[in-house]
Amino acid sequence: MAWVWFHKFGSPPHFYRLATRLTPWFGWPALLLGLAGLVGGLGLAPPDYQQGDGFRIIYVHAPAAWLSLMVYTVMALSAAVGLIWRMNVAHAVAASCAPIGASFTALALVTGMLWGRPMWGTYWEWDPRLTSELLLLFLYLGYMGLRNAIDDTARADRASAVLAIVGVVNVPIIHFSVIWWNSLHQAPSVMKFGQPTMPASMLVPLLLMLAAFTLYFIAVLLVRSRGEVLRRERNAHWIQQALAGAGR
Amino acid sequence: MTITAENLHLWRGEAHVLRGVSFSVGPGECLQVTGANGSGKTTLLRALCGLAPLEEGRVSWRGADIAADLQAYHGELAYLGHDNGLKGDLTAAENLRYAAGLRRRVSRDDIAIALARAGVDAARGIPLRRLSAGQRRRVALARLPLMDAALWLLDEPGSNLDAAGQSLLAELLEAHTGAGGVAVVATHQALELPAGAQRSVSLQ
Amino acid sequence: MTAARASFLSAAALLAARDLRLALRRAGDSLLPLGFFLVITTLFPLSLDPSLSLLRDIAPAALWVGALLSSLLAVDLLFRDDGQDGTLEQLALCGQPFAGLLLAKTVVHWCLTGLPLVLVAPMAATALGAPTGAMPGILVAVLLGTIALSLIGAVGAGLTLTLRRNGSLLALLVLPLAVPVLIFGARASALAIAGESPAAPLYLLAAFAVLAATLAPWALAAAVRIGLE
Repeated sequence: MAWVWFHKFGSPPHFYRLATRLTPWFGWPALLLGLAGLVGGLGLAPPDYQQGDGFRIIYVHAPAAWLSLMVYTVMALSAAVGLIWRMNVAHAVAASCAPIGASFTALALVTGMLWGRPMWGTYWEWDPRLTSELLLLFLYLGYMGLRNAIDDTARADRASAVLAIVGVVNVPIIHFSVIWWNSLHQAPSVMKFGQPTMPASMLVPLLLMLAAFTLYFIAVLLVRSRGEVLRRERNAHWIQQALAGAGR
Repeated sequence: MTITAENLHLWRGEAHVLRGVSFSVGPGECLQVTGANGSGKTTLLRALCGLAPLEEGRVSWRGADIAADLQAYHGELAYLGHDNGLKGDLTAAENLRYAAGLRRRVSRDDIAIALARAGVDAARGIPLRRLSAGQRRRVALARLPLMDAALWLLDEPGSNLDAAGQSLLAELLEAHTGAGGVAVVATHQALELPAGAQRSVSLQ
Repeated sequence: MTAARASFLSAAALLAARDLRLALRRAGDSLLPLGFFLVITTLFPLSLDPSLSLLRDIAPAALWVGALLSSLLAVDLLFRDDGQDGTLEQLALCGQPFAGLLLAKTVVHWCLTGLPLVLVAPMAATALGAPTGAMPGILVAVLLGTIALSLIGAVGAGLTLTLRRNGSLLALLVLPLAVPVLIFGARASALAIAGESPAAPLYLLAAFAVLAATLAPWALAAAVRIGLE
């Protein structure tokens, strides 16, 4: 029965309707959680004893970095699904992920630089995590560049899918880089600000922002994918019918 | 030993190039595919090779879908495209040795005989880029019998060939189909084959 | 006329022989990347103050930037001719494992463009002020590095097969995967020059090369097939 669901999901008109219905369910919670997270992080959480108020940039930086990895994984997975099962919708989802992921990566890098200046005394260091995150940005840009360079959509889908899958090795490297090498960057999930653990007043807004960013990503992805599916299927029968039915 | 195309549909970007093409060609038969420029003859042949992906429909060889074991299917076919598929820096003999040698062991004698039959024996030791277009096409034709292939897929094999070259092509096809081979040939020129062996399908 | 079918190994060997013969007939093409590498590694000492100690510090960087740029230049050669004259699709249609044949082509390509770098690297490193004790470490690093770069570059070349000769897109695609090679290779060379053991980055470089060798055949075959559509 799971296969029936899977293939139904891959049908463009069904996906279009589903995406239209689901978007508000992700968009509004994203906004609410984001507001709650910002209020908690910027206002309610106490200043860090070492960094003062400067640490608050973590509420944008950490979720952006985490999303940059997650979006790439989603992109690579949909590209693989599209490649293996020849599913146009999956390719449309992968194509839509790329600009979102690139933006999150750029945001993570920029906020990281702004944070690094007061904290480490420098905007940039060629350490493993920063370097591999920069490489992730190049991977996104390469993916979008390759898609753009190939005129035939179907062929662009397949070629960029191969690229996305090959590039996925970078994701675990980024994540584990701070454990494997001595890095300037903090170790993950052990947010030591000179205190033994992160207090709840700091941690809770961070988790809220993480959830908000994720929901935001899904909402934007649904909107973009809808547009992408529409663009690809513009000559298809179901769209003509829908337009006729809407009475123009 | 039959090649069957069932309801092939293929899009290139926006263009619906193959619209429900269906046919079946059995042993000893040669199918001629005709059509105007741009009607999809080359695309059809590449789809039959398994190089171009089909949106709908399937190609079967010996009753089985070619997508099930593409490598084995390729082992039984010989394809001649618009390009000769030969290296300009190698001589005619070297080209045949490397081209056919990927499929099966060919001896120097086999190559010499094939070249002689194609009328390019004198050019055996000359780099291909120094030969005329017609001579290069003859060398490309000479490769076909060496491939030990049951199925021949030829795209405009007669291009650049003079009248003697066309006769050579007809001879090769006749020998191939006479031995029970199958051929699909895209061309707008008439093929000289015994009428019983030849069928034709037109794309738009 | 039915003689024995060729095994994959004999077909791969035949393909390798063909590529070598072709390279010999167009020797200039294969020598270009090597020439480029030598030019880069000599430009550094020429453009710097001849104080040897600074030269030794930047020697790893010069070597590896040279190796990376040289391999980017070289990878263009891999599928260019075969793609244009139709022999690449004949390879896809000959009935032998396509991934294996493409890997064989890449191996020959490395022998023609990567191996010369390995042989020349000790000389270039010495010219940049590296002590003789550093040579084994540098050799192994360049050996592993050029293998990894050839494989990665081949995948990039496969993906950009039918595009207009757009070197910048190929560089962008190859860069994220090639930079780790640059980093580990330069680190290994720097340690070797400083007289310390380069084992750690060499192991990482080896792991990377093995990973590339495992993934590349699949990626190559997939990419080239897409390019042949």
